[in-house]
Amino acid sequence: MSEVLLSVKDLHTSFHTDSGEVQAVNGISFNVDRGEVLGIVGESGSGKSVSAYSIMQILANNGYIKSGEILFKGEDITKWSEKQMSEFRGKCCSIIFQDPMTSLNPVFTIGNQIEEAIRLHTDKKGDEVKARAKELLELVGINDPSKRLKQYPFEHSGGMRQRVMIAMALACEPDILIADEPTTALDVTIQAQILELMLDLQKKLGMAIIIVTHDLGVIADMCDTIIVMYGGRICERGTADEIFYNPKHEYTKGLLRSIPSINNMKKKLIPIAGSPINMLNMPNGCAFSARCDECMKICLEEIPQEIRINQDHLAACWMNIKEMTEAGKLPEEFKGELPQCLRLPEGMGKGGND
Amino acid sequence: MEKNRPLVEVEHLKEYFKVTDGFHKLTLKAVDDVSFSINAGETLGLVGESGCGKTTVGRTILRLYTPTAGTVRFDGEEVTAKNIGHMRKKMQMVFQDPYSSLDPRMTVEDIIGEPLDVHKLYDNRKDRRERILHLMELVGLNAEHARRYAHEFSGGQRQRIGIARALAVNPEFIVCDEPVSALDVSIQAQVINMFEELQDKLGVAYLFIAHDLLVVRHISKKIAVMYLGKMVEVADADEVSDHPLHPYTESLMSAVPIPDPKIARERHRIILEGDVPSPLHMPSGCPFRTRCRYATEKCAQEMPPLTDRGGEHFSACWNK
Ligand SMILES: Nc1ncnc2c1ncn2[C@@H]1O[C@H](COP(=O)(O)OP(=O)(O)OP(=O)(O)O)[C@@H](O)[C@H]1O
Ligand SMILES: Nc1ncnc2c1ncn2[C@@H]1O[C@H](COP(=O)(O)OP(=O)(O)OP(=O)(O)O)[C@@H](O)[C@H]1O
Ligand code: SF4
Ligand SMILES: [Mg+2]
Ligand SMILES: [Mg+2]
Repeated sequence: MSEVLLSVKDLHTSFHTDSGEVQAVNGISFNVDRGEVLGIVGESGSGKSVSAYSIMQILANNGYIKSGEILFKGEDITKWSEKQMSEFRGKCCSIIFQDPMTSLNPVFTIGNQIEEAIRLHTDKKGDEVKARAKELLELVGINDPSKRLKQYPFEHSGGMRQRVMIAMALACEPDILIADEPTTALDVTIQAQILELMLDLQKKLGMAIIIVTHDLGVIADMCDTIIVMYGGRICERGTADEIFYNPKHEYTKGLLRSIPSINNMKKKLIPIAGSPINMLNMPNGCAFSARCDECMKICLEEIPQEIRINQDHLAACWMNIKEMTEAGKLPEEFKGELPQCLRLPEGMGKGGND
Repeated sequence: MEKNRPLVEVEHLKEYFKVTDGFHKLTLKAVDDVSFSINAGETLGLVGESGCGKTTVGRTILRLYTPTAGTVRFDGEEVTAKNIGHMRKKMQMVFQDPYSSLDPRMTVEDIIGEPLDVHKLYDNRKDRRERILHLMELVGLNAEHARRYAHEFSGGQRQRIGIARALAVNPEFIVCDEPVSALDVSIQAQVINMFEELQDKLGVAYLFIAHDLLVVRHISKKIAVMYLGKMVEVADADEVSDHPLHPYTESLMSAVPIPDPKIARERHRIILEGDVPSPLHMPSGCPFRTRCRYATEKCAQEMPPLTDRGGEHFSACWNK
């Protein structure tokens, strides 16, 4: 049995803005097991980063967790004090970002910054700290660590800086490493180095990794399980094979049709129609309804409930509920009253946008 | 349109920049003796590590930079400082960033109309307007949008505006420098399709620069691979991807993230050691030798020439 390390339950995160409340994350739930590599994918603005930052409670000043629970080893950390949270950050969970230059301080040496991270999160002192800093650089594959520790961030390439960030994040062996677009700014060959390093460290140290990216290739390469987000909600979640080979949300299906892959090289890509969602003006029903080819009347009116497709797969799309209703296989967990248009025998079929 | 008519022929092109490291004057060889050709109506994809000289190749072909050495011929005629004004009607460029490359205070109509004005490509106001609307239709923009400002559009729409402007002069060749990189994945497909459709319809040739290798493979007939200012491999797109010859291309292709978990699990990534050397301190001989697992003594002594290994598959390597 795998052990659940982190459990996010019906999380809502919002931002105060001049134009009103931006509901960036709208009721997401998922688990992270010990040692699992979880990918969060979705279009720009879908709430991937905000979800990750909510776990760490490092939201911008105008952001706040509105409701929901985040259980770490059974304890709801949304109730924790800032002091407890700062222990949590680093000891239990660390984060690395897309652009390591913005997270490294240009006026201090790499050594200063790693040693600071070690002192902050462990009770190591003096020479122990220096030794640990060297050890960490070696761990992330940096040659000649003694020399590197004395250098400044600008003296390092992008890939090297990302290694330094990973070393700092690992200073006290957290249970979870969150990586927000860790390789988006890097070249393909350097990206491969960093991804390989992360998987290697995950095996060595047994930590869980949450990787946030818009790149389905990186997700396929890295992840055991995947969460697909759209408009601040989870469309579907499941094992990598389920999401790629048995997608059960129209957004995921559209996304997979729209990207070049090995098997559609000679074919025309099929774009997703319409333009990205406006978070200030969320539709009443499914967040994807305005761009969905299969959109039914119910999709415009009600948010689809997440239901289980199989042991490895959950999805929130009215199409599934419709199909299961028709097949007489609606799962027990479907609690809501079945909307009029999905009741059999009449009212089936497409409602469309009209 | 005749097949296989070379439209753009680049020979021994060099573009050196004079730079300084604060103490010394140095020469940065951004593009160093590069030769290739692009057929009419075809797409050549150009890939390689950041800073390897892709943008510089594109800009030098269009003479936005004066070449340090070498020649560019367009349709058989050498491009020179003298004739570039009139050549620009046939060669255009589309940039990466749809946000910064358009003036937000201009309407769509002004933006697309500008090259028409510059090259006096219409008879009267009515004709001008009709041409603009036709161009907007070509790239899938709504005629009602003509009077709106660029900043009112989404990234994908702005990229379409930029392309409509490039098309205004009826070019035969467009340098597309990372034209979809700034767009969300769901929008990329629309723009890629548009490039492909325009080529089918109008027969334009593209030099297509991008870092997403699957995008490049999808759109390109041939792919050229650069490393530190040198061209290291050129061949048919599938050939380069599936049977790369050059050791750099080999590891590059093995590392491309593929959105398919089964393929991802089965394949073997060749992870390169270290980083690309600084272009100011080029290694002797082959530029890739510092990271190459096949490197031999000869590689440090002499730059391998780009030669045809059969079936128009070119590689520049002593050992592969
Ligand atoms: N500080 C903030 N104030 C107001 N709105 C915000 C703030 N931070 C994020 N948002 C909004 O929250 C939504 C989710 O943003 P988030 O950064 O999580 O997207 P993302 O999925 O990570 O996208 P990307 O792929 O572009 O990084 C967006 O609509 C964004 O505009
Ligand atoms: N105007 C310039 N003056 C001096 N050096 C330049 C200039 N333009 C480019 N360079 C240098 O020339 C080299 C090639 O740059 P170029 O922009 O062509 O690379 P690229 O392959 O397009 O990279 P990227 O993928 O990051 O866009 C780099 O080392 C760059 O720093
Ligand atoms: S010439 Fe030598 S160093 Fe260069 S790629 Fe070939 S084997 Fe490697
Ligand atoms: Mg983000
Ligand atoms: Mg460039």
